[in-house]
Amino acid sequence: MTLVLPTPVETFKQHGKIVEFCRQQPLGAVSFVIIFAMMFAGLFSGLVAPYDPLQIDFASILAAPSPDHWCGTDAYGRDICSRLIFGSRTALVIGFTSSFVGSTLGAMLGVASAYFGGRIDNWIQRIMDVLLAFPLIVLALVVVAALRKFVIGGVDVNLIIAIAIPIVPRVARVVRAAALGVRVMPYVDAARAAGYSNSRIIFRHMSPNVVAPYLIMLTAFIAQAILAEASLSFLGLGVAEPTAAWGLMLSGNAADFYREAPWMILFPGAAISLAVFAFNLFGDALRDYLDPRFKV
Amino acid sequence: MLQYVVKRVLLTIPTLLGVAVLVFFMLRIVPGDVVEVKLRGDGGSVSQQTIEAERARLGLDKPMMTQFGEWMVGVVTLNFGKSMWTERPVMEEIRLRLELSLQVAIMASLIAVFIAIPLGTTAALFRDTWIDYTVRIVTIGGLSIPSFWFGMLIMLSLLAFFNWLPPITFTPIYVDPVANLTQLIWPAMAVGYRYCAVVARMIRSSLLEVMSEDYIRTARAKGVYEKLVVSRHALRNALLPAITVIGLEFTFLIGGLVVTEQVFNLNGIGQLFVQSVSRNDFTLIQGMVMLIAAFYVFINLAVDLLYAVFDPRIRYT
Repeated sequence: MTLVLPTPVETFKQHGKIVEFCRQQPLGAVSFVIIFAMMFAGLFSGLVAPYDPLQIDFASILAAPSPDHWCGTDAYGRDICSRLIFGSRTALVIGFTSSFVGSTLGAMLGVASAYFGGRIDNWIQRIMDVLLAFPLIVLALVVVAALRKFVIGGVDVNLIIAIAIPIVPRVARVVRAAALGVRVMPYVDAARAAGYSNSRIIFRHMSPNVVAPYLIMLTAFIAQAILAEASLSFLGLGVAEPTAAWGLMLSGNAADFYREAPWMILFPGAAISLAVFAFNLFGDALRDYLDPRFKV
Repeated sequence: MLQYVVKRVLLTIPTLLGVAVLVFFMLRIVPGDVVEVKLRGDGGSVSQQTIEAERARLGLDKPMMTQFGEWMVGVVTLNFGKSMWTERPVMEEIRLRLELSLQVAIMASLIAVFIAIPLGTTAALFRDTWIDYTVRIVTIGGLSIPSFWFGMLIMLSLLAFFNWLPPITFTPIYVDPVANLTQLIWPAMAVGYRYCAVVARMIRSSLLEVMSEDYIRTARAKGVYEKLVVSRHALRNALLPAITVIGLEFTFLIGGLVVTEQVFNLNGIGQLFVQSVSRNDFTLIQGMVMLIAAFYVFINLAVDLLYAVFDPRIRYT
């Protein structure tokens, strides 16, 4: 009888999965590089940014892009490049947190809805229908109006909740559909026959099997959340000055400088688009990789 | 069929009532209202008495349940009350701006659908060639570029190439069609890009799915021209799922308009909504939320019923 030692092979396998993903999904690999660069800029903003993003410099107001200021300066002489780098922190924190909160809550509701079925399912679905009757940004605006402003530790919590709520029903619907398939699996019956509690079956037996749609929705909604944050900040209802945020850099008086300083408009918008693009692309690639059935 | 239609129409009522309940209580979870923004918004010190008097005048001092009752009666009788800021009827405020927003939305969807159908079809037919990849990048761009920034880019290019900006004052189409169209075509393009991208992606994937069906092979086997196979056999079936997306995305145009109207300084529904949110104008927010939700629910209804008309296989009993 031979004994197989699994350890070294297992680690190699994990590593091989990333290589396999990159080979199968070249566009996904590209988007991963962009996301990684953004995360690096967000985590080490202080080290990467050439200037303090809040430092006002009246000597160089509306300076054009130059070796000193790579992306020019704004109406207060603040370095746009540094503000973009610090803005990636805002975008990632709000984008990731709200998508995570919304998707997780949605996934839990979706699984519970599918598992219990009957009246509970019906009620949850009716409530989700109500929440689905608005475009994402409209519901987020209503929640912003409802919550007013509150900031904890420099993070706009009201904004995170406002963006997370519209995500909940959208994820719940997809995860519920997947969970309905899992519910009829023999191992769920077995778990029930073994007398496990409902919450144990939901969290330990069903949830792990709907991870694929959950992860796909999570990445896709990071893109939507970044877009929503930028839109709300642009409307003056999101992140407030003087915090560096991409949407905010486009709002207010930015439009007054179409003629004199187009770089004030070009770079922040490009940053938003690139970030959303990367997460969209990554979500697409992840979907094709994790769920080949959807691949067309 | 008739039974299905009646049931489907009746099902819209609980959703709309749910929206009415939800929006009413959501706005009142956290204290604070229009009076504070109105009287204290600019930092002026106003006595508590004045504030209370203003609240009483607007009916905000009544018990919550009384206010709720009045609101629900208003919803059922389609009387949404008066704006708490301008004190004009909510319906009138909306009516004044609806024309402009609706026109932009319709123009955007026409542009989007007319570009999306050929775009999605070519991408599917030339699958995995450079044409397909270009279309995929362009459409993913449509999902990524914020419509308000795209609008700003349009303004920047108009300024750079023609040294011209669209006028700020709105001219209705029946007064001067040319002035009206040259003004509204730009915001329509800005919000239409995303719409076009979503529809094109849907058409591409559903056409690819249809092209592998048995009846396409049959059509080819009996010697039908490839052009006819695509236009008669494949595209007709592939457009069906696209109808859903076209319908759903039309309501999502409102979301795009909310932000993009700001860029073009258009006094439409979107701008009114943003204003009412920043002013805590409860009645106006409630009225507009009901309008948007009703819009969504009825478009959904129309899509479902259209499906039954277009797809003879669907027979609801």
